[in-house]
Amino acid sequence: MVDTLVASKLLLDVRDLQMYFPVTKGIVLQRTVGHVQAVDGVSFGIERGKTLGLVGESGSGKTTLGRTIIRLYKPTAGQVFFDGQDLAQVQGAALWRIRQQMQMIFQDPFASLNPRFTIGTLIAEPMHIYKTGMAQEIRSRTEELLRVVGLRSEYMDRYPHEFSGGQRQRIAIARALSLNPQLIIADEPVSALDVSVRAQVLNLLQQLQRQFHLTYLFVSHDLSVVRHVADRVAVMYLGKIVELADRDELYLAPQHPYTKALLSAVPIPDPQIEKKRQRIILSGDLPSPFHMPRGCRFHTRCPMAQSICREIEPAFEAKMGHEHFAACHFSEQVSGAAPQA
Amino acid sequence: MNEYLLDVQDLQTYFKTRAGYVHAVDGVSFAVRSGEKVALVGESGCGKSVTALSIMRLVAQPPGEYAGGHILFAGEDLLAASERTMRSIRGGQIGIIFQDPLACLNPTMTVGKQIAEGLQLHLKLNATEARRRAITLLEQVGIPAPEQRFAAFPHQFSGGMRQRVMIAMALACRPRLLIADEPTTALDVTVQAQILELISSVCEEFGTSLILITHDLGVVAGIADRVVVMYAGKVVEEAPTDELFAHPRHPYTLGLLSSVPRLDEARRNELDTIDGSPPDLLHPPSGCPFMPRCTFARAACRTMPPLIPLPEQSTHRKACWADITNPEEQASAQRRQQARRAALQTATD
Repeated sequence: MVDTLVASKLLLDVRDLQMYFPVTKGIVLQRTVGHVQAVDGVSFGIERGKTLGLVGESGSGKTTLGRTIIRLYKPTAGQVFFDGQDLAQVQGAALWRIRQQMQMIFQDPFASLNPRFTIGTLIAEPMHIYKTGMAQEIRSRTEELLRVVGLRSEYMDRYPHEFSGGQRQRIAIARALSLNPQLIIADEPVSALDVSVRAQVLNLLQQLQRQFHLTYLFVSHDLSVVRHVADRVAVMYLGKIVELADRDELYLAPQHPYTKALLSAVPIPDPQIEKKRQRIILSGDLPSPFHMPRGCRFHTRCPMAQSICREIEPAFEAKMGHEHFAACHFSEQVSGAAPQA
Repeated sequence: MNEYLLDVQDLQTYFKTRAGYVHAVDGVSFAVRSGEKVALVGESGCGKSVTALSIMRLVAQPPGEYAGGHILFAGEDLLAASERTMRSIRGGQIGIIFQDPLACLNPTMTVGKQIAEGLQLHLKLNATEARRRAITLLEQVGIPAPEQRFAAFPHQFSGGMRQRVMIAMALACRPRLLIADEPTTALDVTVQAQILELISSVCEEFGTSLILITHDLGVVAGIADRVVVMYAGKVVEEAPTDELFAHPRHPYTLGLLSSVPRLDEARRNELDTIDGSPPDLLHPPSGCPFMPRCTFARAACRTMPPLIPLPEQSTHRKACWADITNPEEQASAQRRQQARRAALQTATD
């Protein structure tokens, strides 16, 4: 009973999702010598009409997580409830049907649009595949979509190379909207764009969310951008979510030392602030996901690590109020004391 | 005879294509003093990297052409220098770091050998001395166990560590100038912070001048003494860092500063935007290249404004006819922006 109530509020409910990729050796007689634990036990939910920002460094598994949710990969274990239905279990025709509810926007609009198709064809393609209407209806819907993303409908017969980066990302957004999806997974949608164009696309994404009541999973490495778009933020490190909280709480009172270090590393365009800032410089790099560290995954770079961190993996549990989760043995000390332990 | 270590004067670097000349760098002037850290800021395609390559004279000819201007380095014009002189300057007097360290390192050579190579060539050290110096350098750029890492290959390093190797290599011969072209763009934020810190501290330690090329204003704020803002192959504004961030005087700089979401400010519901996109350099608009996107534009903008110092602040230069601090001009700019957006709305409705 409680479960169905929660499920109705959440459009997407991911539970203990795992995505392991086998590492093989040998050419003829391939044998699996281990696994890369790209996503390793991730749980979170997104409410309808809201945006979850997923932050992490390269190699943290954020892109794999997005792709596993949309079932571009079959998850190793775990459940992905979309509108109450477990995506990890559906297959074939049922998966095909449910997929039109979920669309993706990719990072590089130079790579995600086929250069041989006109943009009208590109935007209409999903509608032809799902047979949403007669040719004339699809055409007028394509024109409408172009206007929705701020482009002229006369552009329909042009090719992608005739457009700038920002315009191409608008085209990719129009295509993602063509089937009236409920969920959009945007994987670094503004990272490849020029600084002066980024703001336009971010504003557009937010306006479309209000207009069509869209739910976003917004994957990005840029914490300033995520703060701008997200309602709730998840921070990933080496295949796990280490902190999950409402936007303002996460940015004001981070409970995980990794989040705190990430925040302190973001450059701020103000020389006065930059001069005074105390940076937490993390030593070293992300460990290899093939040789995962024991205990807490962050202990090799954590400025607060104690002996317990090397032995016992901290539980991902509620801190400061039940909506703020973090996986750290010393989270009380993160928000308060200086990070040099 | 010249107070500047590097003095770029009216540099023009063009690329010849079948469709015509691309004016990648179109009359760029700026200077760097000894020990100074100067940032070149701009979006992709604004000519900042081509400026860097021109200083090293590394632009491929053809299709590139140095169509005009001078690059005075310690009084010598690099554009007129012989190839022999350039060879001793590259890596010897001027070091350079690029965005993608993996593409710049030779995958078949150990990193130690690659660093030592420059030392043997420029400083005429013998193999043993070069090896010793290379190990010291690796240590100085923060690579753990430098003796063992000397014999490692580039693929055995992570992105951040490779960038450290590049820095060691660029600084091996104690150059007088280091050019860092988007040195942290390919790196993660936490690693970016480490690398910027390192570049800044080694430049201070070695007394090396720095040209930092980046599109990220946040990176600039923490490291540069002076900022040169480029747009469409031209310098549009130049000022000491504090001054530029506090009082931007070119509409493009102002737009850039207000269109990025910032962690230190209250969250805004909507970001300010610069309408339109950067111009096509094959067919640049005549006059000021920012005019089609500028809300302060006027008839005078059909002639390119000169880059001149402000009357009240001689170290702050801008190339703009408008006075964006004037409240009347601000009001009319706002009206123009609203009118333009309304027109765009009707065009797409």
